[in-house]
Amino acid sequence: MNNVLSFDYTVPGDDFTRAGEASSDVKHKLKKIGYNPEAIRKVAIAMYEGEINMVIHAGGGNAHVDISPDRVNMVLRDHGPGIENVELAMREGYSTAPEKVRALGFGAGMGLPNIKKYTDSMKIDTEVGKGTTLYMTVLAEHKTAR
Amino acid sequence: MTVKDVIRILDAEVVSEGDLGAEVKTACGSDMMSDVLAFVKDQSVLLTGLTNPQVVRTAEMMDMRCIIFVRGKDPGADVIALAKQKDMTVLKTNHRMFTACGLLYTNGLSGGTFSR
Repeated sequence: MNNVLSFDYTVPGDDFTRAGEASSDVKHKLKKIGYNPEAIRKVAIAMYEGEINMVIHAGGGNAHVDISPDRVNMVLRDHGPGIENVELAMREGYSTAPEKVRALGFGAGMGLPNIKKYTDSMKIDTEVGKGTTLYMTVLAEHKTAR
Repeated sequence: MTVKDVIRILDAEVVSEGDLGAEVKTACGSDMMSDVLAFVKDQSVLLTGLTNPQVVRTAEMMDMRCIIFVRGKDPGADVIALAKQKDMTVLKTNHRMFTACGLLYTNGLSGGTFSR
């Protein structure tokens, strides 16, 4: 694999049951091309958390994924309410998710901390009332095991 | 142990059949999928009382082979369909979470690695 493989997904915001379809597809594609299994796991978890966040908080959005031999770049963009306090949102256990989402097993305030944990770099661009763009990178070969 | 052993130990019903001969060594029990994604590593069995399709998605992302619904909970058709699509074994047991975990643990399944 020498070229960059690019994929675009729409994450529907009105159907919680479909959250994760994009992550599942990316995972499947990475497996098919024989990517490093540990990197695949990290990509799958980070992107899945991002997808869940988009569905819970932002009414869905779009995902763009670039797969290169040495890294996977993911960009998740939504036009939701934005994040008022990113520092607070990054704190384990802090959550603004409604009770109905918690009843489904999410919204424990682990999404963004978890994304940070499983990615080699992450960046959040957010503006209240405009939306959020989440940039994530997972390297194919990480220097230190997590 | 294998998934077949898990079925015997928990007196479980097979809701969706994947590879019943698959070896499983570790498990985790949780109703909070966020925690499963955050703290679990290398576990192959998920015990839960939640029955929405995101349980299957979570298990898929974590490379788990088998989902066990405790407290006699019945997963919906959408859950079963997704599990079949992912070739994942889904079981149902009448044991409560604590008892189901205890039975598997005393029979040799461990909690595996805690990823922090």
